[in-house]
Amino acid sequence: MSTTIEPSPPSVVQLPPLDDAAVTNLAEYRANSLWRLTLRRIFRQRSAIVGLILLGILLFTAVFAEVIAPYDPLQPLISVEDVRKRDAPCIHLLGCPEDQPQHLMGIDGNVRDQFSRVVFGTRVSLYVGFITVTFAVIVGTLLGAVAGFLGGWFDNVVMRILDVVLAFPFLLLAIAIVSVLGPGLTNAMLAIAIISIPAYARVTRASVLSVREMDFIEASRALGASNRQILFGRILPNALPPLIVIATLGIATAILDTAALSFIGLGAQPPTPEWGSMLAIERNQVFSAPHLVFFPGAAIMITVLAFNLLGDGLRDALDPRLVHGSGVAKE
Amino acid sequence: MTQYTLRRLLAAIPVVIGVLIVTFALARAIPGEPCTAMLGEKATPEICAAFNAEKGLDKPIYTQFLIYAGEMLRGDFGESIRFKRSVTEILIERLPQTIELGIAALSIAVIVGIPLGIISAVKRNSPADVVTMIGANIGVSMPVFWLGLMLMYIFALVLKDTPFQLPPSGRLSAGVTPIPFYEVYGWAADPETFRGGLFLFISNLYILNSIITFDWTVLSDAIRHLILPALALATIPLAIIARMTRSSMLEVLGQDYVRTARAKGLTQSKVVLKHGFRNALLPIVTIIGLQLGLVLSGAILTETIFGLSGVGRSLYEAITARDYPIIQGFVVVIAVGYVAVNLLVDLSYAVLDPRIQYD
Repeated sequence: MSTTIEPSPPSVVQLPPLDDAAVTNLAEYRANSLWRLTLRRIFRQRSAIVGLILLGILLFTAVFAEVIAPYDPLQPLISVEDVRKRDAPCIHLLGCPEDQPQHLMGIDGNVRDQFSRVVFGTRVSLYVGFITVTFAVIVGTLLGAVAGFLGGWFDNVVMRILDVVLAFPFLLLAIAIVSVLGPGLTNAMLAIAIISIPAYARVTRASVLSVREMDFIEASRALGASNRQILFGRILPNALPPLIVIATLGIATAILDTAALSFIGLGAQPPTPEWGSMLAIERNQVFSAPHLVFFPGAAIMITVLAFNLLGDGLRDALDPRLVHGSGVAKE
Repeated sequence: MTQYTLRRLLAAIPVVIGVLIVTFALARAIPGEPCTAMLGEKATPEICAAFNAEKGLDKPIYTQFLIYAGEMLRGDFGESIRFKRSVTEILIERLPQTIELGIAALSIAVIVGIPLGIISAVKRNSPADVVTMIGANIGVSMPVFWLGLMLMYIFALVLKDTPFQLPPSGRLSAGVTPIPFYEVYGWAADPETFRGGLFLFISNLYILNSIITFDWTVLSDAIRHLILPALALATIPLAIIARMTRSSMLEVLGQDYVRTARAKGLTQSKVVLKHGFRNALLPIVTIIGLQLGLVLSGAILTETIFGLSGVGRSLYEAITARDYPIIQGFVVVIAVGYVAVNLLVDLSYAVLDPRIQYD
């Protein structure tokens, strides 16, 4: 004996048809999508703009290094030109005799054009910054996301291991790792990447924990979404803004730390035109040829500054505590 | 509070064990034998076997670890392979240099950074604020090693023969020797005892030692040598502290109770310092605590540039020479100190903000 229950008719509210004004509003709303709003907020940040301009110049220099650099960065100019090693800069506009070859940043200890080396160094540093941070972000995000999502012993073990990494002063651990792997630019980058993993893992984990129990996740689960879909499609996009900010600032740190490793001889090896190692080779000449120390260091500073400014601007633009669309930075 | 302290101490134990394991593993993983690194061309297999047996390097790796962990926990760091002296002795000799440098750098950073941040926040968008913040942005972007070299160039060469000339390297000028305080006061310092070790440690803090012994020549010379490395090391933390102070102050100064304080007719300095700064202190203290790692990392570079044989440079040299006992001992001391400072920072919150209660 079975009774069938009559399903009650669904209550449907009839919406009035969209009029022209509503259609235009909708189109306008779409045009003001989240991305567009965010971009507009970013462009209201002075520091972000300065950072972007600097970064643009650096990218241009890196891409067109061959065109910009007047000399081969690796080619000694002995018997090519009448220059001696560690010659001071010769700039025609600033009164250097016209009959002498122009060297904007002077000549280095191996009779190479310092300006060309600094120009090619842009390529190395940007490459180092992007690759290192990309690697660290991918590994850190995965670790943090899975740890935060699964919780339990996996979370505990991962976070304790990351605590141990954080218990070391970063440069010390980087030196130790490079000593194990052997000196060289790639190994230095790997060391810096390993050391930056905890930061990304922690940020991702915190975002995951704050979103995990929310209703829309519950709703996705009820709709039958798999763990993977929920984690990558629903939870991780919410962790994106803070990640973008710390990754931008992280590029600055990565460039600075790799230069430091190169400076103590563990990173890029000569004759690679890397700013840190260029500084290291000439550091004992600081009293006799200060230009060979000044320019590579200034180049590091400008590059790091570009990413720091951009990161600061992004943080202010993406900070959810700010009034939506106002673009007024809290700071 | 006591319970919280105990819990935090317990939570630090796995971290310390992890530090022991990582240090041990990394030291062993460094390619190359300590024997060949130490003896160079003399290192024949027979000599190396004898060398390894003497240093206990021929035992299985887990035995080595257990021996090492036991010694570490007893505070016995073994004997340096390179210097043939106990690691504790070397630590007593070199740690004070780094502590002096680190304290000097952090003091500069705090004493200059906090007022700059407060002024920036109070006079928001004024020229002073803009200049400070541009300076802070440049400051955090500066490579320590480059800044150190530039300071050396300016203060030792450009300003030579002016009153601002400063020595570019070393801890003291040639001919200036500090007399340890225990000798001045006629106390014995036997390095074998804890008291003696402590005496030696304190006497190696040249500035403190010269103050205790009223030796103003050594004091002024030591300070003059400390200025440049401390400035180089202080720049990044200074910039970070100034920025954090500014944003924390801005947040607090916008609060209602600050307006109330103003409405009561309190003076500007009372409002800013007592109502504002006191409440803005928490994030500032956090960030100061975090600078310790930066200072220790920077010390490796600063000490290399300014020819100081402190902990940072010694460690770097030990890694290159594969002097395991020094690497292990120094790293463990640094890491444990680091964990301890972080704990102190956490505990200081309760003092700074009575609303925070740990249970």
